[in-house]
Amino acid sequence: MSVIVKKIAQLISALIFVFGMYSAIHGHIAPGGGFAGGVLLSGAFILLIIAYGLDYFKLKQQTEATSIFESVSILIALLLAFSGLFAGSLYFFNNYLPPGTPGSLLSGGLIPVYNILIGIKVAATLSTIFFALIIYKEEIRR
Amino acid sequence: MDGWIIVLFFVIPLFGAFVMPVTYLFSSDSPKFITPVITFVLLILSLYSFVYQPEQIAYIIGGWKPVGDVPIAIYLVYDGLSGFMLVIINLIAFFSSVYAINYMEEYTGQKYFYVLMCLMIAGMNGVVLAGDLFNLFVFTEIAAKSSYALVAFGVKKDELEASFKYQVLGGMANLIILFGIAMIYWQTQTLNMADISYMLQNVENNIFPVFIQLILITGFGVKAALIPFHAWLPDAHSSAPSPISAMLSGVLIKTLGVYVIMRLFFNVFPVNESVSIVLIALGGLSMIIGVLLAVGAWDLKRMLAYSSISHVGYIIAGLGIGMIMLARGENQFVATLAFTGSLFHLANHAVFKGLLFLNAGAIEYAANTRDMKQMGGLAKFMPITLTSSFSASMSISGLPPFSGFFSKLIIILAAVIAGFYLIAGLAVVAGIITLAYFVKFQKYAFYNKPSVSSSIKEVPNLMRMSMISLAILCLLMSVLILPEIREVFLNPAVNTLMETTDYADKILGR
Amino acid sequence: MTLYILCFILFLIGIYGVLTRRNLIKIVISLTIMEFSVFLMLVLIGYISGGLAPLVVHPEGADISVVDPLPQTLVLTAAVIAVATNSMMLALAIRLYKKYGTFDIRKINELKG
Repeated sequence: MSVIVKKIAQLISALIFVFGMYSAIHGHIAPGGGFAGGVLLSGAFILLIIAYGLDYFKLKQQTEATSIFESVSILIALLLAFSGLFAGSLYFFNNYLPPGTPGSLLSGGLIPVYNILIGIKVAATLSTIFFALIIYKEEIRR
Repeated sequence: MDGWIIVLFFVIPLFGAFVMPVTYLFSSDSPKFITPVITFVLLILSLYSFVYQPEQIAYIIGGWKPVGDVPIAIYLVYDGLSGFMLVIINLIAFFSSVYAINYMEEYTGQKYFYVLMCLMIAGMNGVVLAGDLFNLFVFTEIAAKSSYALVAFGVKKDELEASFKYQVLGGMANLIILFGIAMIYWQTQTLNMADISYMLQNVENNIFPVFIQLILITGFGVKAALIPFHAWLPDAHSSAPSPISAMLSGVLIKTLGVYVIMRLFFNVFPVNESVSIVLIALGGLSMIIGVLLAVGAWDLKRMLAYSSISHVGYIIAGLGIGMIMLARGENQFVATLAFTGSLFHLANHAVFKGLLFLNAGAIEYAANTRDMKQMGGLAKFMPITLTSSFSASMSISGLPPFSGFFSKLIIILAAVIAGFYLIAGLAVVAGIITLAYFVKFQKYAFYNKPSVSSSIKEVPNLMRMSMISLAILCLLMSVLILPEIREVFLNPAVNTLMETTDYADKILGR
Repeated sequence: MTLYILCFILFLIGIYGVLTRRNLIKIVISLTIMEFSVFLMLVLIGYISGGLAPLVVHPEGADISVVDPLPQTLVLTAAVIAVATNSMMLALAIRLYKKYGTFDIRKINELKG
């Protein structure tokens, strides 16, 4: 790709990245949420990869990293949900943090935390899918 | 038993599935030992809850109390039928995962195999416990998606093709199910199964529920591989790695297909005569066409896959007979008999078809072929595979004292008493043909003149262990026919089907 | 009512594509069209004319009608599932292309099911 494309992609991907984070963090008070935010985050990465090419990023190592990120974020979410069982009332997915004032950023108890975790998970998953499709690891049966 | 224990049934396998990529960094052998531990814990848990929890319990996720009369939370429901299915699922999953330790050594990328297997178990356990259609749909998808990936796991030509075909048909089935759910929402404005049950009882015009039921029969019939919708099954089940074939044929088609049909058509929709006739017809067709297709197959795993179609036919026909008796409101004894036979056959089929697929995998592992014409004389080299597959073959063909005899007998008896002589005759004929092709399998695989090289050895210890245990279970399951034992294991599940509206009453407490 | 009929026509277009196209990628696209027609129908069923977004920030007791969020969440979840389906099928299509050298299903016929 030419220098113009690379430079513009660099600038735009930063904006997309910030908007993705905004969308994931404000998921409980505005349209958007973890999934949409995660898709935007991975979109920023994918745009950069398309502009700069495969070799620039050494994608083999990145695949491992993204799949670890995916697993760890969903593990934390599961543990948080499970911790609700021990916070008083034996309910799975118990929302035990204080609710705060409705409409402000710090409200909704644990829901923003889940949104952020889902955002990380979705971004990592979609990146992994994209990497797997473009790298195409040959795993033949011995 | 506390209510929160039932969330463990899908939290533990989900946790295992996502912890494995992390532990893989430290020890590349860890996934193959984590999975059997997880399935063993689940088996113990399911047996514990089955024995200590005969009553129905509903667990509310997140603690969201109903607003007025409207349940707004996600409900998990554990009752006799769920417990029964959980025991079967986790039993087969445990033996398959133990078997897989040795069997999967030939493949690369093993950690993905175990991750997908754990996800599939989580999906199936979730389907059985789900109390609303939303979660039922999502868990169905989790189990189905991981089974698509597992069918293609060998990435050879035919495996990829089978998986693609399975996905196109499965995807269309999902859309039909989603369409059915949309129709239910349109009618009732809710997705909670107990609430839907209430709403539909008050509907005067019963054309609309029947229409939805027919849509759902199409959708879940693809998952259960009833005969007009069976095209994906022989390819997919014969192409998957053998432990997965055992899971797919043994429990997946029953959980995603048969269980959901039972739960929705008995406990959610009002029982209806015309729908039950559709079920009986589909069951009878599957029964006879399945065996006719199986008799001509020379590929061992393909033969077993066709035979699964016919046995799902037995189960569905039994359910249909029970349902028509319930709908007419006459002779409740026959309905009990038919449900007992169906559920008993479901459990038996899970055990012996799982075992037969494991045997086919053992033969493939040792002799490296699936074509029955190229086997022969294996009896000398593989005594344990011979004995266990003999036990399973006799059980599936319905010879006493193996368990398959009793379950088929009960279904046939119920059909005769209810007056469905055609179904009874078809079941007898299908049983005889089943015996024929399993004798063919025994003869060509084990007793014919040796056509394979003499360097064949019996399979490794862990594979032997799961085969022997399942073979013993094939015999032991016969004791379920005794009244005292039937009281504990089969009757709670049968009662769930018999007392149709009880499900909703207990959940909503009205 | 017109909208529902249009959804149904979209669904039929999808089925037509799945049944008649010979190209693996086109089959995937047709399946996606079917998916989206069902999603559209679900959203339409859940919509109340004049309904607002179901947020808790609406003032208590105000005379407003709020759309039921249940079909919307169902559609979102089903859309996530559709992402998984599409990526799996495209990955399989790439693999099949490497094995057979073609996307034509008439030439991919090892199995007779």
